[in-house]
Amino acid sequence: MFNFLSHGNKTFDRGVHPGDFKEQTRTLPIERMPLVDEYILPLSQHLGGPSKAVVSVGEKVIRGQLIAEPAGFVSAALHASVTGTVIAIEPRPHPSGRFVESIVIKRDPYSAQRLFDEHATDWKKMEPAELLRAIQQGGFVGLGGAAFPTHVKLSVPPGKKVDFFMINAAECEPYLTSDHRVMLEQPEAIFLGIRICMKILGAKRAYLGAEINKLDALAQLQSQIPADLPCEIVPLETKYPQGAEKMLTEAVLKREIPSGKLPIDIQVVVNNVGTVAAIGDLFRYNQPVIERVVTMTGPGIQNPRNLLIPIGTKLTEVIEFCGGMKEDVRQILFGGPMMGNAVRSTDVPITKGTSGVVFFTEDEMVSTKEYPCIRCMRCVDACPVYLNPTQLGALARAGHYDDMMDLNIMDCMECGSCSYACPSNIPLVQSFRVGKALLREKMARERAEG
Amino acid sequence: MEFLTSVGFLTGLSIVLALLLVFANRKLSVYEDPRIAQVQDMLPGANCGACGVPGCAAFSEELVAGKALPSGCSVGGPETAEAIASFLGIDAGSAERKIARLLCAGGCDVAGDIVDYAGFSSCRAAATVAGGSKACTWGCLGLADCEVACDFDAIHMGSTGLPVVDADKCTACGDCVDICPKNLFELHSENQKLLVQCKSLLAGDDATDLCQVACTGCGICAADAPAGLIEMKNNLAIVDKNNFFDQTEIATLRCPTGAIIWLDGQQFPKEQRSAKLQKI
Ligand code: SF4
Ligand code: SF4
Ligand code: SF4
Repeated sequence: MFNFLSHGNKTFDRGVHPGDFKEQTRTLPIERMPLVDEYILPLSQHLGGPSKAVVSVGEKVIRGQLIAEPAGFVSAALHASVTGTVIAIEPRPHPSGRFVESIVIKRDPYSAQRLFDEHATDWKKMEPAELLRAIQQGGFVGLGGAAFPTHVKLSVPPGKKVDFFMINAAECEPYLTSDHRVMLEQPEAIFLGIRICMKILGAKRAYLGAEINKLDALAQLQSQIPADLPCEIVPLETKYPQGAEKMLTEAVLKREIPSGKLPIDIQVVVNNVGTVAAIGDLFRYNQPVIERVVTMTGPGIQNPRNLLIPIGTKLTEVIEFCGGMKEDVRQILFGGPMMGNAVRSTDVPITKGTSGVVFFTEDEMVSTKEYPCIRCMRCVDACPVYLNPTQLGALARAGHYDDMMDLNIMDCMECGSCSYACPSNIPLVQSFRVGKALLREKMARERAEG
Repeated sequence: MEFLTSVGFLTGLSIVLALLLVFANRKLSVYEDPRIAQVQDMLPGANCGACGVPGCAAFSEELVAGKALPSGCSVGGPETAEAIASFLGIDAGSAERKIARLLCAGGCDVAGDIVDYAGFSSCRAAATVAGGSKACTWGCLGLADCEVACDFDAIHMGSTGLPVVDADKCTACGDCVDICPKNLFELHSENQKLLVQCKSLLAGDDATDLCQVACTGCGICAADAPAGLIEMKNNLAIVDKNNFFDQTEIATLRCPTGAIIWLDGQQFPKEQRSAKLQKI
């Protein structure tokens, strides 16, 4: 056994140390969320083009059946998370705050909720291209939160090759413990998923990087790792944003990804551990992405839990199952407090990208009053990609987005370390998001005009 | 005598090179129509791109090449178009004047907030945080990205937090259309008099609970207007923008919320700019 606690665990340069606040749920086993009456499945739960519905109102669907197909390469399939009837296809509230075209399914109360076509697939006989297609048809997106279609990530572009497959189990966001629980409870699924991904990529070795605040999970995976699987478990220091692809590769392999490049440019592909486990389940039971583990946590919820929730369950009902909210809840975040997004109402569904829901009360609402920049340079010391957030922030406030380009704003991964470090509460990362979006639009316009 | 060889050689070399330059100048010169520069001087120089090509220089090339008509420049207006047309001896073309219209009337007096927003003061930024603070997710956030984006000083935020477009100053450059995260601006012809100032897809009380002047999707205006002029889609009245002829004020008279209006020129009344805004 190696000694996890010896100091000098691997990590990247810079970053911040928010408290991890994971005690509330780290020891709670994953429970299944009871079925509810109605499920809302938005057609865009992933990055990329919205899926196209292939069912119509009034049609009966079975749990795990395809109900929307991907529109284009960067898009994802969608499956019914329960057996029931499609009662509407219309715009419904979405965690993003907009109304998004969604398929609404009313559950059949008498159905046994068996999977559409449950069987184990002999993946060993399948070619890498077939495996990839199965993953695309399974509606896979990054379950870590970014929801980028998995098959796109696993497709190696011509002329590139992959040496290492990296499993991202850093779970560096405070509060969230869904990946932690998956590692403790579903090691077989994870190992199977790793084998399949390695076959698709043609990778020689796999590394699973996790922060040492998940010691029990690390030790357990280490003791169960099959002898013939060339996978190494790498304990990492607990630091934010360890789970960002660039930081993880830097921490584990000590290799830096150059500006504007992707992990694949240094022969690495990174995938989240929850996604890898779900890929294992796809080949064990032919189960597409129809449910996911969500951490319901934070000081504002009565009974924090790790729940296995069918996609499309309304947040209101999940809250009810967790004993309701405390009275003074002031903010609800989808995802963790560092990169998560606030929601405006509890009428929104759990989507594929929802890794956790965090409830904050009045007490946690720190003052958000903004003060002038005092040139302390804490943001500069925090930024893991060596940008100068204070200067970028000043440019953003003045609306000089073009000048931000010269300061490499496009390398910003929107991790929020700078905003976290800023003692003056300057909304740095938020202004960078705006700047990046505007610059991206401008570049697209210029390309279109030739 | 030595030095004469070098002088002779250098003289010879310079003559050869001079001839080469003369030759290159004759054979390889690119002729640029002087009119391009002159036309460019006549254009407003806003480089806004409203004409559809990147910048005034590119547009003057198109004009001289006969690929575009002077009226394509909405910023310069009819006088500029006329001047360029007579200079080039071509037709100015006819462009109907367009004005940016706001498809929202939910100021803070009639449409409330559902959450507090504290962060970067920009509509773009607010819209990414759960869609912003306004209860109606389609409505104007009032953080003035459009006012900042407008290069012609044609947009000022009004007292209810909605941007007021000055119809006289608006050049239809389209910058506000591009910047608004809620896609609330549309460029309408000045002949377009019917306007539904709402984008909410909610119906009935669901809509009016969030905003008193929302379109409820009742369909009365569509029924009162000549057939086909107004279409109901997703609980929203959509006016046919290619049919000025059938437009009638009657369509607006029975609207329960006043979401559909009949307008002439200015959409919202111009206001005195507040002291704070004037300072900026
Ligand atoms: S500038 Fe971007 S990458 Fe750097 S700390 Fe801020 S959000 Fe993170
Ligand atoms: S119209 Fe759009 S850009 Fe202008 S203030 Fe409203 S939301 Fe912001
Ligand atoms: S009458 Fe008014 S509320 Fe009814 S559909 Fe027309 S615009 Fe909407």
